Amino acid sequence: MVADKLIYSGRLWKFGDNISTDHILPSRFMTEVEPHELAANCMAGCDPKFAAQVRFGDIFAAGENLGYGSSREQAPQALKYAGIRVVIAKSFARIFYRNCFNIGIPALICPQLVEETSEGDRVEVDLEKGVITNHALGRNYEFTKPPEFMLEYIQLGGLIPYLENQMGK
Amino acid sequence: MGLTVTEKILSYKTNRKDITPGQIIEVPVDVAFIHDNNGPIAIQQFSKLPLAKVWDSDKVYFVLDHHSPSSTIRAAQHHRNIRDFAGQYGCHLIEVGRGISHPVMAEEGIPRPGNIVVGSDSHTVGLGTFGCLATGIGSTEMAAVLATGKIWMKVPETIKIVLNGKLSPGICSKDVALLILKHFGPSFLNYMAVEFEGSLIDKLTLDERMVITVMSLEMGVKNALMPVDSRLLAKIGAGSAQEEIISADPDARYVAVIHFDVSSLEPMVATPPLPTSGGVVTDVAGTEIHQAALGSCSGAFYHDLEQAAKILKGRKIAPGVRFVIVPNTSHVMAAAVRSGIIDTLLKAGAIISSPSCGVCGGYEVGCLAPGEVCISTTTRNMEGRMGVGGKIYLASALTVAASAVTGCITDPRNLLGDV
Ligand code: SF4
Repeated sequence: MVADKLIYSGRLWKFGDNISTDHILPSRFMTEVEPHELAANCMAGCDPKFAAQVRFGDIFAAGENLGYGSSREQAPQALKYAGIRVVIAKSFARIFYRNCFNIGIPALICPQLVEETSEGDRVEVDLEKGVITNHALGRNYEFTKPPEFMLEYIQLGGLIPYLENQMGK
Repeated sequence: MGLTVTEKILSYKTNRKDITPGQIIEVPVDVAFIHDNNGPIAIQQFSKLPLAKVWDSDKVYFVLDHHSPSSTIRAAQHHRNIRDFAGQYGCHLIEVGRGISHPVMAEEGIPRPGNIVVGSDSHTVGLGTFGCLATGIGSTEMAAVLATGKIWMKVPETIKIVLNGKLSPGICSKDVALLILKHFGPSFLNYMAVEFEGSLIDKLTLDERMVITVMSLEMGVKNALMPVDSRLLAKIGAGSAQEEIISADPDARYVAVIHFDVSSLEPMVATPPLPTSGGVVTDVAGTEIHQAALGSCSGAFYHDLEQAAKILKGRKIAPGVRFVIVPNTSHVMAAAVRSGIIDTLLKAGAIISSPSCGVCGGYEVGCLAPGEVCISTTTRNMEGRMGVGGKIYLASALTVAASAVTGCITDPRNLLGDV
């Protein structure tokens, strides 16, 4: 999937600090690899209602150190297959941050937005401009744009299509 | 400006003199390993690259350790796919029963000083005990490494942690790890390289050092390095380290140098739900437990089994408590059989399971029912880690064994006598 414009608009979910990959996808689901199974168990470690209520295009926000813990890529994949298009946090755990971009989900650091925005607000993310708009509050928040090659991952749908592109050249 | 060990390794590997924190560079990989939890996705992603071949099969290891031996049909199928893939490309395969990736890679002498090691597991940082830059990555990124042999990295800032002093009787390297974690919290060292040194490190065995490097991940580090000293060289062979890249320059730049003196350290217990929420054992002593566990890449080495046996000798596990022991490699298990430790543990009523991740993630053995409490030498105690509603306290093998005997969290020094 190639996004024409790197603009995403959606309803926001909000969680706290240190949301670990065990919260997002507990280890008991670790032999599951099918998208629908991952989606159905997304956030099973802390919010059993999430998987049923999340909609395609929603945006996921959390506090400090999002994605703490295990390297399991099934965690961001579960978010992706559940419909989440962008994740925003005050800060990220290292492997989770890379995993998000590698599977085509932008992971953005924007503490002020997380601080001021409430669950359910509609927000718009402009990845190229580096701006998130909260329509409910009428406010803009700037974030540091990821490096060019990572934006290319997002444009192409992740690290694998990016590599395929490179190898074909 | 001088370089830290991490910066030196990166400089040497990329042939660049200008390495500075924050730069994004591409580095060649010396060792890549993939376990059965993340192997299926890595293989799936790799297969989406029609032109790809494994860049250097001799540098690639598959380890079947998380669901080992397979206890579900699903896991058995994943294992089969991994075996097929490893066979097709001629990669190394470490079979079920051999043990957990990190201690097995260590026993096999695979990580060498100065190497770049990537593993599809967050606790790969533990292999920094061997003077290499070892870090964890996800499955898709691993697929890309398999195809290209390269990975991008941001040059991390380095922090130095100096550990001095002597451990009192009843105190283990796990207590030191929990002390450091408590000090820094779960994200303070995110993205950073950490380099350990000090008189305590000189006295610790390689296994005891690995307890600390493995646990460092829980503070967010990118990699953790122990010194390449005579103890390490005795194990891996003198002359196998390239002198110029294994020690920091005298004027290396650290973001901070933090000193700990462990001489007055008490037994530590991390309360749920974070490995960094440690306190002294007396704060939680008396908490009733249902399960005690020795397991994981940071808590089921030979020394852990030996310490548990010291407590259990001539004693029995408390009624209503199960004591689950999962040695972290088959060599550890064999040595413990030979020395009679396993016999002591069994006589006390402990359960011995075959080497694997097992109880660490509630994989197949040692799950908790809602409301149950476990004290464990494993790496993590996040909510739901051993089963929804179960609570995990992390501690040393001595504290775990002492708690197994009394049925509640117990200061092991009470059972050690005048040692
Ligand atoms: S023992 Fe636990 S922490 Fe170590 S690799 Fe296995 S699951 Fe991960």
